[in-house]
Amino acid sequence: MSIFRDPFDPETRLHAQGCGCARCSTSATPAARPADSAEGRIAQVVESALVRGLFGHHDEQRRQVLRAMGGGSLAAILGTLLPMDAIKAAAIEASGPLEKTKLKVGFVPITCATPIIMAKPMGFYEKYGLDVDVIKTAGWAVARDKSLNKEYDAAHMLTPMPLAMSLGAGSTAEPFLMPAVENLNGQAITLHNKHKDKRDPKQWKGFKFAVPFEYSMHNFLLRYYVAEAGLDPDKDIQIRVVPPPEMVANLRADNVDGYLAPDPFNQRAVYEGVGFIHLLTKDIWDGHPCCAFACSQAFALENPNTFGALFKSIVEATHFAAAAENRADIAKAISPANYLNQPETVVAQVLTGRYADGLGEVKNVPDRIDFNPFPWHSMAVWILTQMKRWGYIKGEVDYRQIAEQVYLAADCGKLMKELGYEPPKTTYQTYSIMGKTFDPATPDAYVDSFAIRRS
Amino acid sequence: MRSLPVRAALLSLVLLLVGAGLWEAASTAPESAEAVSEYDMLVAGAGEKARVPGPSAVIAHAWAALSDPFYDRGSNDKGIGIQLGYSVGRVLTGYLLAALVAIPIGFVIGMSPLWQRALDPFIQVLKPVSPLAWMPLALFVIQDSALSAIFVIFICSIWPMLINTAFGVASVRRDYINVARTLELGRLRTALTVILPAAAPTIFTGMRISISIAWLVIVAAEMLVGGTGIGYYVWNEWNNLNLTSVIFSILMIGVVGMLLDRLLAGAARFVQYVD
Repeated sequence: MSIFRDPFDPETRLHAQGCGCARCSTSATPAARPADSAEGRIAQVVESALVRGLFGHHDEQRRQVLRAMGGGSLAAILGTLLPMDAIKAAAIEASGPLEKTKLKVGFVPITCATPIIMAKPMGFYEKYGLDVDVIKTAGWAVARDKSLNKEYDAAHMLTPMPLAMSLGAGSTAEPFLMPAVENLNGQAITLHNKHKDKRDPKQWKGFKFAVPFEYSMHNFLLRYYVAEAGLDPDKDIQIRVVPPPEMVANLRADNVDGYLAPDPFNQRAVYEGVGFIHLLTKDIWDGHPCCAFACSQAFALENPNTFGALFKSIVEATHFAAAAENRADIAKAISPANYLNQPETVVAQVLTGRYADGLGEVKNVPDRIDFNPFPWHSMAVWILTQMKRWGYIKGEVDYRQIAEQVYLAADCGKLMKELGYEPPKTTYQTYSIMGKTFDPATPDAYVDSFAIRRS
Repeated sequence: MRSLPVRAALLSLVLLLVGAGLWEAASTAPESAEAVSEYDMLVAGAGEKARVPGPSAVIAHAWAALSDPFYDRGSNDKGIGIQLGYSVGRVLTGYLLAALVAIPIGFVIGMSPLWQRALDPFIQVLKPVSPLAWMPLALFVIQDSALSAIFVIFICSIWPMLINTAFGVASVRRDYINVARTLELGRLRTALTVILPAAAPTIFTGMRISISIAWLVIVAAEMLVGGTGIGYYVWNEWNNLNLTSVIFSILMIGVVGMLLDRLLAGAARFVQYVD
């Protein structure tokens, strides 16, 4: 991830996250020059690539030269030698010809992927000159492998996945970028019909739950929820990974007692009369992120114009999906076999929020699922605190640095503005999750504040 | 008294009709009650819920699917003919590659007791491994899901061919080889003109076992990797709990598997001989 650091800073850390060696513990991370804006960040990426290229990616050497002559003078000398401004401009403008028009974008067939899917039948990709093939994928392990293989140019992922992949947790370390979140809320805890009398999680000891992936909001929210009720998710319940499309079949077969899963599989369980919706995840954390649009850093750097066009079509599709009046049309567009392959009424109930809960009532929750592309850094920090809490990552974590490298909030904000939407002013905010406040400024204290944790 | 084949065919027909009749009787659709409240509208009526369909529903679905087998409504929704085509293509590629490797190696093993003993432990350990266990490793190393599926077919079809070739070559009658030796045939010529034809029926038996295994494995492999193929088709229909399609695919998988087996059985007839 060194590409996102200031290349003219002689003191940048050479070692990986959590390295405990003497040099790392003393190194500070001074912000030599501002890189807050999108332009600043892209410019820095270009400079970084050039400077690091010059030194053959030998960071030690680069540091020695920089110490001897000072970062500023090297920048000036390089500026006279290389058309740096031109390169930077090319990357920022992203208005040049598309490097690639035929793209493959992977998705897992769930309503979280709505913007990525509907952008195809509703023409958002086409609008920006892209011919995108959206390809259905069996689960996230395969989506991850196909993304790492470069079979997919970009993919629908879960918000924790790019963080985990960039850290090398559960896969090989490959820098991934998450330019946009897709949906907020939109998940639920579904229980088997036989548990209708067990609405208090304290009664769930010994339950078997399914989640779609280890590095998912589903896993972290389920763990959080049962831990708040005093159950240890690693000891008192069993959590297993089941790809979303197989969940209803597993619930019917009584293989699991319930799941915290993406829709339409909660609603489908109700539709089939197999289970009921115990709780929408909205009631755990209102406005939590879930799925994301992600691609490898290499793809973004090699195809800046294509990346820009793809990014724009996703942001625009996400905003279109956010408007309640468009939801019924979207349900119609994404229900056929080529996309979600679900009865339209199931998808419509998820998207419009007027749904049967499986207990005989019709609920009306318009914000059951919402769509907003802005990748808050504070969301990434929360996810990292939970990865730390449950032992998925060990050692010291530089929460902010990882969050800011992977979640491209500045770029997303810039695009939102360009497309006429109002981006938030900051990239950090506090959240209230089941009544407990999370402050992104004090992540370590937050982790330590939980009684049930693995770290 | 009619001949045996006619009576057998009649019996098959009776079994089919009785089986299908019982199945149909057991799976009549429950009466859908009138949807009175909004809640009823939002959940599946009794008739719409996923359930095992009767044979008539399967036949109707098969008719619809087979009358338009090559439709293409986007990358995730293609006709049954296209899906089967992808699967057969993968199976044949992996299978032929396996034959190219297994038959020569099997030959060497069959002709050389030294090599047979030296390679035996490896074969014994690798042979019982489920080919799907190779999938994560293949995906990681090959870095291409389509090639990984072909690799899985390759690795599962290699063993029966290898072992049968070795066995066939090793058990060629000594008389034949002695005659060749008396006629002063060179080693290569002995191998090609004497041992190969003599071992051919055994080799073909191995090839027939392999193609059946390859066809069994491709469905599971495609369910994992997805994208195209009959395995993906089954998975996609399972996604939607559409059991009519699943049963239809089961029948199609069976028919294609039988055709592949018949094809090799027919080819094997050309190399049969009587001692």
